[in-house]
Amino acid sequence: MSAADLAWRLAFNRFGLGARPGSRPLSGDPREALLSELAAPGGAKLDRSDLPSTPQILQEVYADELRRKMERQAEAATRRPAPDMPAPNEAAPIVAGPTAAPAPSGSAVAASMTSSEPAAAASMTPTREPRPEEKFFRADAQARLEQACSAPIGFLERLVAFWSNHFCVSAAKGNIGRAAAGAFEREAIRPFVVGRFADMLAAVERHPVMLNFLDNAQSVGPDSKAGRNRKVGLNENLAREILELHTMGVGSGYSQGDVAALARIITGWTFAGREGKLGEPGTFVFNAAAHEPGEDSLLGRVYAQDGVAQGEAAFADLAREGATATHVARKFARHFVADSPDPGLTRRLAEAFRDKDGDLGALARALVADEAAWSAPPTKIRNPWELTVAAYRAFARSPSDVLPALNALNLLGMPLWRPAGPNGFSDDSSDWASPEGVKMRVELAAQFARQVKDAPQPLALVEDILGPGASAATREAVARAESQEQAYALLILSPEFQRR
Amino acid sequence: MPRSFAPFLSRRALLGAAGVAFVSATIPRWASAAGSRDPRLVVLILRGALDGLSATAPIGDPDYAALHGQLALQWDGDHPALRLGDFFGLNPAMVNFARLYAAKQALIVHATATNYRERSHFDGQDVLESGMATPGRVESGWLNRAVAALPKGERVAAAGALAVGATAPLVLRGPAPILGWAPSGLTPPTDDLVQRLMDLYRHADPALATALQAGLDADAMANKRGMDSLKPGGDVALAMRKAAEGAARLMSADDGPRIGALAVDGWDTHANEGGATGRLAQLLGGLDGVFAAFESELGPRWKDTVVVAITEFGRTARINGTTGTDHGTATVAFLAGGAVAGGRVVADWPGLKTADLYEERDLKPTTDLRAVLKGVLADHLGLSADTLARTVFPDSLGVRPMSGLIAA
Repeated sequence: MSAADLAWRLAFNRFGLGARPGSRPLSGDPREALLSELAAPGGAKLDRSDLPSTPQILQEVYADELRRKMERQAEAATRRPAPDMPAPNEAAPIVAGPTAAPAPSGSAVAASMTSSEPAAAASMTPTREPRPEEKFFRADAQARLEQACSAPIGFLERLVAFWSNHFCVSAAKGNIGRAAAGAFEREAIRPFVVGRFADMLAAVERHPVMLNFLDNAQSVGPDSKAGRNRKVGLNENLAREILELHTMGVGSGYSQGDVAALARIITGWTFAGREGKLGEPGTFVFNAAAHEPGEDSLLGRVYAQDGVAQGEAAFADLAREGATATHVARKFARHFVADSPDPGLTRRLAEAFRDKDGDLGALARALVADEAAWSAPPTKIRNPWELTVAAYRAFARSPSDVLPALNALNLLGMPLWRPAGPNGFSDDSSDWASPEGVKMRVELAAQFARQVKDAPQPLALVEDILGPGASAATREAVARAESQEQAYALLILSPEFQRR
Repeated sequence: MPRSFAPFLSRRALLGAAGVAFVSATIPRWASAAGSRDPRLVVLILRGALDGLSATAPIGDPDYAALHGQLALQWDGDHPALRLGDFFGLNPAMVNFARLYAAKQALIVHATATNYRERSHFDGQDVLESGMATPGRVESGWLNRAVAALPKGERVAAAGALAVGATAPLVLRGPAPILGWAPSGLTPPTDDLVQRLMDLYRHADPALATALQAGLDADAMANKRGMDSLKPGGDVALAMRKAAEGAARLMSADDGPRIGALAVDGWDTHANEGGATGRLAQLLGGLDGVFAAFESELGPRWKDTVVVAITEFGRTARINGTTGTDHGTATVAFLAGGAVAGGRVVADWPGLKTADLYEERDLKPTTDLRAVLKGVLADHLGLSADTLARTVFPDSLGVRPMSGLIAA
């Protein structure tokens, strides 16, 4: 394989979300192509009129919650239990439905056999209107998948996924989390992936979904007006994760005292609820009544500002901490290049971050420019999101129905916007290449291949997607497959497709 | 004992008088189909190329045993072939088919192939399912076009066609409406895919090989606890039977689909194919279970049913160095159902001497598979020879529908 071929494969796989049929250029410099995607106007923004803002989303959720509460009360009065609908994302069948709209007679067949197994599989999904949180979750998931599938190389979308995981929230944290996890990414992550780290940090830590996820909305300064009145107090959750996960990293020199100080500094950072006592429902508000008064010392620096300015100043300093640069650089190199990246690469990325005052575009460009990012062998396993998107792209599958992709992500252990904890999904290959993980990849690839339509001949697709560097073993396996379907499954499961 | 057909005479005996008289012969059939008869047709696509010489062995051919070596079926031994007369023996895994054969509800067409003469699975399946003379990018199959060609409002056309599995096989794609059904839950990948993948990983990615093996071992343990009665590899047969049972239940309803198609993978037996027992025999046992499932689940509808099993091409007459067979040419087609005029092997037997083999390696095709399929569509569904030659199997005017496959 020529050096140029290898570089193109790395551009698509290590930096991007995989080649699409016909997208692999015959000439040109892959580094330039990556840089030009970074420089695209609008960057990674996802501004669509059909995707509402967080306040709009939360207001609809609040209204629905109120309506259901009233219904429950009304029903309790008549002593009937309220029906509960499963979250459609969980309940949706993994197998795609009929390949064509079933004829009315077909539905009649299914309906006439309600007790039998086929009828269960053939039955249609419930026609009830989904709850708002489900509707918004799906709309944002859909938009994310579409954006990922249509990106030229996908470097920007990879940056979105990286930073979204770095500053993760959870769609399992109440209706707010489910409804607005996507909006959080749109509003607090996407605008800054080639912008400044300090700006992303500031946007993230004041976003209602983050304040809800890590409980800061409920945190009250003990000596604040609310704290004195109501016997409620500090919640350190967000402050701890800001230091441990979002900025400096664990073991980087901050103390428990610093955690408590930061927690006090950001007391009063909350969002307005349904009744709108503090402001427009669903918007960030600084609640002075919950804010711990007075100055605080964090990492040896004194913050004496009033109100929200105190926290903003603290965040600005945290973004410039040397430990933050190192922490971010290590995660960045680990995500893109190797589980144990070349220390030189990590050091150079940290320098780029520091020298450019946390310019994340500069950080991404430094990665592209670094020879170590291109010379490392492709040992990383694509995580489930990358794998799913790469499969959609390779087979030009329409992302118009996000449910199969969401289900694949669930089965592969990476449910969208729903990591197990605030540390996000693992970036360690061994976690994804686990025995059950690999077995599930085989099952899903087999299923995906069964659903492939109108794809080029398998060997042509190998050439196009894996490039001229596909191994003889992979080519042979695909060429000898007993059916196109099996050939497509083998393509997806080949080491060249699984690793990057 | 089923009636034996002299293999050298049967095709001519069947086709001898067909020809021009056939067109008019379909007209009364059409009238009856529209009346009391309510035909059902199921097409099974066996992907991977079935070794016809192991499925239905020409044990009476003096050259067979030497060519097929260890895989050759025999009249005697621990697993004797099921007698279909003095010349052909059925693989012992297909007991239900043998029973149907004895009841004259099943027949086999041997030494048959489509007009495709290369050896690519993908192109071969494309020709087999599209019904076109050459592989291309035609996005419709002959079975769908056959349904679409039926008169509007006709029962068969009105109920749509049933595609079993996550996606419709090409044979069923096209303008006519399709109803999809798949057995619930994830369909497990075939053992064959897993085996090929393990081979690839062992060569190219030992870490993934180790992980996959561990995952499979865990799975096998779980299965062992849950399903003690299943033989190794038996899950494939169970999955096939489950799919067939579900499809048959849908098709047995009064307003259910009359046409169904189901694709079964795994027939590409390059290594350790097995003969009377082993991998292919397990698959054939699964196929046998599919016929049995349709028979039992369709109940009274079985008498008006034809189930056809076809494959893209056959395999080499001579076994290879890994106790398997490589891609070949002619093979068998299975027909079963109450509507089949069964109890015979239809074959213009080409012989197995080296000079008789196609390109000195494969069973030579002497019956165009399209003639068989056209014969079924004509006599069972009442399609005219003209429609069959123009829209269902384009460019097949010279391939006359085989008559006599459907019981009067």
